[in-house]
Amino acid sequence: MTASDKQLNLATIEKILAAVKDPEIPVISIRDLGILQGVEITGDAVVVKIIPTYSGCPAMYAIQSDIKNALAAHHITAVKVMLVDDPIWTTDMISKKGRAAMQAYGIAPPLDVGQKTIKCPQCQSENTQCISEFGSTACKALYRCEDCLEPFDYFKCHA
Amino acid sequence: MNQTVTVSEQALYQYLLRLADSSLTMGQRLAEWCGHGPYLEEDVALTNVSLDAIGHAQMFYQQAAALTSNEKSADDLAFLRDAHEYRNPIITELPRGDFAYTTLKQYFIDAFNLYLFTGLQNSNNETLALSARKALMEVKYHLKRSEAWVERLALSTETAQLKIQKALDDLWFYTPELFEVDEDMQGLINAAVIPDYDEIKQNWRQLVEKHLNACELKLPESGWVATGGLAGEHSEHLGYLLAEMQFLPRAYPGCEW
Repeated sequence: MTASDKQLNLATIEKILAAVKDPEIPVISIRDLGILQGVEITGDAVVVKIIPTYSGCPAMYAIQSDIKNALAAHHITAVKVMLVDDPIWTTDMISKKGRAAMQAYGIAPPLDVGQKTIKCPQCQSENTQCISEFGSTACKALYRCEDCLEPFDYFKCHA
Repeated sequence: MNQTVTVSEQALYQYLLRLADSSLTMGQRLAEWCGHGPYLEEDVALTNVSLDAIGHAQMFYQQAAALTSNEKSADDLAFLRDAHEYRNPIITELPRGDFAYTTLKQYFIDAFNLYLFTGLQNSNNETLALSARKALMEVKYHLKRSEAWVERLALSTETAQLKIQKALDDLWFYTPELFEVDEDMQGLINAAVIPDYDEIKQNWRQLVEKHLNACELKLPESGWVATGGLAGEHSEHLGYLLAEMQFLPRAYPGCEW
């Protein structure tokens, strides 16, 4: 089944894609993370453009198949997911909604403009310390709160 | 090589291989730390840097593959070339050694990459400039980490000091090869496709010597100066590295997983 015979419009597709989550931070969508860069209907196919976060991000393959699966669940199978290298992803592309979701999930979002200290996502203390420059994935560093003593992931600033 | 490829394209092709091979061999050596890091967080850090390096290699192999009219893919370039066809400097293929050795080696290469990619951002080859901008953001972070680790090891226990000084004695004379330029590269420099390597070398030496000095490490006075990578002449270590890395795609051609 193709895009045209389902008479799909971009809005429907965008809505489906908005539900596709990042495989490593399953509370934030690929749109809110800034990975999803464009959706087009070209002829009978849906063309989805995505950019990688870090050069070596191993999740890109999973994201490509998650996009295809999400659309396939709505009987849209003529899908081309293109991995493009322009624009270059930065953490400024993460939406406000994405930052809030990250925080609620227990990951400290990247430092905002004017913000100087990394806050503990559990107790909001600013008394935190870097344990390692890399956390559970390439995009995160590992921190510890010196007040509540909980370790937490910090989504690194990347710009 | 197909005859339709012009001389400058051939030079660019070889240069892209130099970049890609350097990142891939470094990434492979770092990946060997998986499960062997001094503690969990560093194990994760080493392999994350490895992933970035392999990602950089992939970008440059793809550009090289796009240039050739012989239908080689990025994977073919990574997995189906032999040691004499690899263009990396010898330092990136050296065995991983102990943590001090890996850390110092990484520091030298990170500092080099900082200036290299800073220069390449201004390349008049737009694809190359774009890749350099992406890689640079990551390299800056790698350097921050390796720089801090060199200091931490050098200014800590006697054992750590001995180990990192030994690493410096062993590695120092592998660093001049990073800045080597052949005739093809000189052509690319003249055409503003790649930056001036003399300038990279000056910046690198200034940064590195200052840091080593602050870390109370002593530069060795003399030693064998490595050379040959640009011409495909390597140490024995590269063959073993490739044997392990290339085994699967060679044993099962075209396999996917």
